[in-house]
Amino acid sequence: MGRSFQWMMAGMLVVLATSAGADWEMNMTKGVTDISQTVYSLHMIIFGICVVIGVVVFGVMIYSMIAHRKSQGAVAANFHESTWVEVLWTLIPFAILVGMAIPATGALKQIYSKGDPDLTVEIVGYQWKWRYRYLSDDPSTEISFFSNLTTPPEEISNEAPKNTNYLLEVDEPMVLPVNKRVRFVITAADVIHAWWVPELAVKKDAVPGIINEAWTKVNVPGIYRGQCAELCGKDHGFMPIVVDVREQDEFDSWLVAKQDEAKKLAELTSKDWTMAELMERGEQVYGTFCSACHQADGSGVPPAFPPLKASPIALGEINKHIEVVVKGVNGTSMQAFGSQLSEVDMAAVITYERNAWGNNTGDLVSPMDIVNYNAEQ
Amino acid sequence: MTTAIQNHSSHDHHGPAKGIGRWLYTTNHKDIGTMYLWFSFSMFLLGGAFALVIRAELFQPGLQLVEPEFFNQMTTMHGLIMVFGAVMPAFVGLANWMIPMMIGAPDMALPRMNNLSFWILPFAFAMLASTLFMEGGAPNFGWTFYAPLSTTYAPPSVTFFIFAVHIMGASSIMGAINIIATIFNMRAPGMTYMKMPLFVWTWLITAYLLIAVMPVLAGVVTMMLMDIHFGTSFFNAAGGGSPVLFQHVFWFFGHPEVYIMILPAFGIVSAIIPAFSRKKLFGYVSMVYATGSIAILSFIVWAHHMFTVGMPYAAEVFFMYSTMLIAVPTGVKVFNWVATMFRGSISFETPMLFSIAFVILFTIGGFSGLMLAIAPADFQYHDTYFVVAHFHYVLVPGAVFSIMASVYYWLPKWTGHMYDETLGKTHFWLSFVGVNVTFFPQHFIGLAGMPRRIPDYALQFADFNMISSIGAFLFGFSQLLFLLIVVKCVIAGKKAPAKPWDGAEGLEWTVDSPAPYHTFEKPPKVE
Amino acid sequence: MNEQQTQVSHLGVVWKSLAVAFGMLVFVFVGLVPLYNLICDWTGLTGRTAGKYEVTDTSIVEDRIIKVQFLANNNGDMPWVFKPLETSVEVHPGEAKTVYFHAKNNTSIEMVAQAVPSVSPFQITEYFHKTECFCFEQQPLQAGESVDMGLQFIVDQDIPEEVNLITLSYTLFDITQVAKAN
Repeated sequence: MGRSFQWMMAGMLVVLATSAGADWEMNMTKGVTDISQTVYSLHMIIFGICVVIGVVVFGVMIYSMIAHRKSQGAVAANFHESTWVEVLWTLIPFAILVGMAIPATGALKQIYSKGDPDLTVEIVGYQWKWRYRYLSDDPSTEISFFSNLTTPPEEISNEAPKNTNYLLEVDEPMVLPVNKRVRFVITAADVIHAWWVPELAVKKDAVPGIINEAWTKVNVPGIYRGQCAELCGKDHGFMPIVVDVREQDEFDSWLVAKQDEAKKLAELTSKDWTMAELMERGEQVYGTFCSACHQADGSGVPPAFPPLKASPIALGEINKHIEVVVKGVNGTSMQAFGSQLSEVDMAAVITYERNAWGNNTGDLVSPMDIVNYNAEQ
Repeated sequence: MTTAIQNHSSHDHHGPAKGIGRWLYTTNHKDIGTMYLWFSFSMFLLGGAFALVIRAELFQPGLQLVEPEFFNQMTTMHGLIMVFGAVMPAFVGLANWMIPMMIGAPDMALPRMNNLSFWILPFAFAMLASTLFMEGGAPNFGWTFYAPLSTTYAPPSVTFFIFAVHIMGASSIMGAINIIATIFNMRAPGMTYMKMPLFVWTWLITAYLLIAVMPVLAGVVTMMLMDIHFGTSFFNAAGGGSPVLFQHVFWFFGHPEVYIMILPAFGIVSAIIPAFSRKKLFGYVSMVYATGSIAILSFIVWAHHMFTVGMPYAAEVFFMYSTMLIAVPTGVKVFNWVATMFRGSISFETPMLFSIAFVILFTIGGFSGLMLAIAPADFQYHDTYFVVAHFHYVLVPGAVFSIMASVYYWLPKWTGHMYDETLGKTHFWLSFVGVNVTFFPQHFIGLAGMPRRIPDYALQFADFNMISSIGAFLFGFSQLLFLLIVVKCVIAGKKAPAKPWDGAEGLEWTVDSPAPYHTFEKPPKVE
Repeated sequence: MNEQQTQVSHLGVVWKSLAVAFGMLVFVFVGLVPLYNLICDWTGLTGRTAGKYEVTDTSIVEDRIIKVQFLANNNGDMPWVFKPLETSVEVHPGEAKTVYFHAKNNTSIEMVAQAVPSVSPFQITEYFHKTECFCFEQQPLQAGESVDMGLQFIVDQDIPEEVNLITLSYTLFDITQVAKAN
């Protein structure tokens, strides 16, 4: 019996030991910030101390199980207390804890250190996506966008092979400059979420009505992936985070391009759109925002998520259709997309819904229709 | 001596009533204890079935069996049923059976309340389980039910969940009061506090924790109820409340609750290890003080569950230090158990195997707990599978193994029959391997970055998840063997002597096996 | 042991235990909740700012400049347009400053909104004073109506040296149902 135990424990210690030397698959990432590296070494120190204590305690235990077996003729000793031993094994652990607390407090101090940020990004958690806003002193250059999961539904439902970044890929990542102190202000628009990127060692809850603060300074350009870490409802597992860290000049050109894009979008709303253009764009928007509930083929999941295919709304009056998408439907899961989608995307998706899957109304809803609808309201 | 007293007094008392009425109206601590234990076991199987749904879905990446919505209901119901339906009632059942026999009392102090506190439980859990069939589904917000997911965004069944929690709370408080009254007032002459078996001590302290924190749980669900139905804004930012307040109140209950689920286990292990080491428990007095310190510390550590919620530096430091401090009394306990085994005369019957596994695996859970206490590192561990591995290590091979150990240990006393030792050992090894295969890999997937409570995961977590699922099914189905062993023991076990374990100590071994329906009607003398 | 005696002494334990349990229940409502609010007010935790501030000291610290950033977010399904007209301003401590937030009710029904403020870093919450704020009141808007809502604030003269940047965030909640119920 003692022998099987010994084997068991030896096996577990081997697993423990290999985990210490292994890479990201088994152990905490070292990450790419000073703080993530501090946290990693802290983790390894504490882990190491635990292993040593474990080896000693379990060692004595296993020794007793082997040497003091009744079947081997062991006779029980009589001792059952010893003040100095008991005092000793109260004081020694206490001393070890103090030893652990010192580096831990240091790491905490580093995380809470103050400094002037080079960039502030607002992070807002939504069910089930993130929105990033790059704060700017000039309202016209402030950019803001949603970051949605892009893993195709076929991969999730096992109808297509899964790609390497399965569930960890988004349409628009957060782009950050390398070696700059970036400040995050974090909040949520519905329930509590948590923004976590392991390589940055940043995990902070996004709480509705409350603004939290965190910061990072990334040392190495690259793409870093994370996930929402607080249960936030149905698609909690499907709202990943991707941070794309670039050199300063690449970041600058991205930012400028993004600002131009925002301006262009404003122009787009006044351009004449063809049916084909709207359908193409609408399919994309639909896939990102609508298909999770209404399904890619418009069949929905009744009764919670009604079908759009041959639905009275998609085939009925245009303004009613716009209203449902802009304002949502009270008391159901249908959100108000008015504040989330641009006029172009709104027009495209409504056009798409009215003409896809055999809904051949032939209606073309232009971005101006949406602008006009909003103005009439 | 006591056997003589039994024989003398048993003829003027009738035995159990016949039929279903015996169980409905019984005020006998042994009957009620038995019912608690069977109820707990059935909840263990139900909660286990939910766990297997979870592990089956997580066997491979991608969605195979269930929708994310239902997955969330499974994680929530699994947690609630295991905590409130399996572990807590099992310990109350053991307390009912053993505390009067350990302190030489004829019954619990308040037998009628005892009956009530058991019989409201099936209603609570029937109500909770029925939410699975309701429109909108069962509670899906996790067993920690953070607002506003559990208030503004909750399914309609949340109201039934709240009432179920109220009933469970009432049951626990009644049970706790009964235990306190029994221990205070009904000890046999000479059974001074410092002579009580540690199981009695740990339960006394647990009972105090229960009456202190179950009302807090009742309070927090009542606030939810008021927010949902009566327009108050305790947790709603729009009306001046705060979702963070919910977490503070919940964990003010939640952390002592964690110790409610482990302190009685300490008591059990402190009875079994000396019995099979044939040596007195090392450091009895320090065990009592350590239990007390753990209970007191449990009230000032709650925010370590919330390191990422956005707290000031000083608060992070305070909760980190206070949490680390708990390692000291817990360490004392582990050292005491090891010292008890050291230079003993050890044999490895099934209860001892479970107890040894308890000490080792609970300690591993303690190590990961210590790691989680380190606030800066917790920013990486928090809400990952590392946490899942941690609390399953302290709850499954911790609390659950101790319950199994105690069942094997006292089964001869309860039934008058010996269980099948070979089957018992088989059950142990299957459970031991199953538990470790299930939960050890979860440390790795947690460190590698997999968040908890997700129905689907990135590809780098796939291998360990598959191993973990295989372990879960092994562990789960091994428990059917446990059922078989107990049934076989009841029906066809060999006759057990009054004291089947040569190293066992305590008053319960001075009465016949099976223990007569009424024991210690004349209190025994404790020297 | 006398049967009668044990009955009596049980009652004592039961009442004491029930008193503890009941006391804890009451403590949750009249102890924990106010305590939490008190701690939030003291430390600024959660960044919730206090109500209307009465100016007592009108001096201005000319040699310090504090930048205040403004954020506006809609909670959940709130369909209004809600944004600050200026995304940031620079002020001297002690200087009163007024900024405006634009809100427009794009829907076809009358709605009522409540803005909930939160300041970051929360340690400076007590140094951020509002003399006038739209968040003190509920904001009703007719269908299609828009409004520029004013906020007048003063950064305290004693604001800690290391803080030069304050972020003030408003989350706009739809409270039409609640307002209707009252």
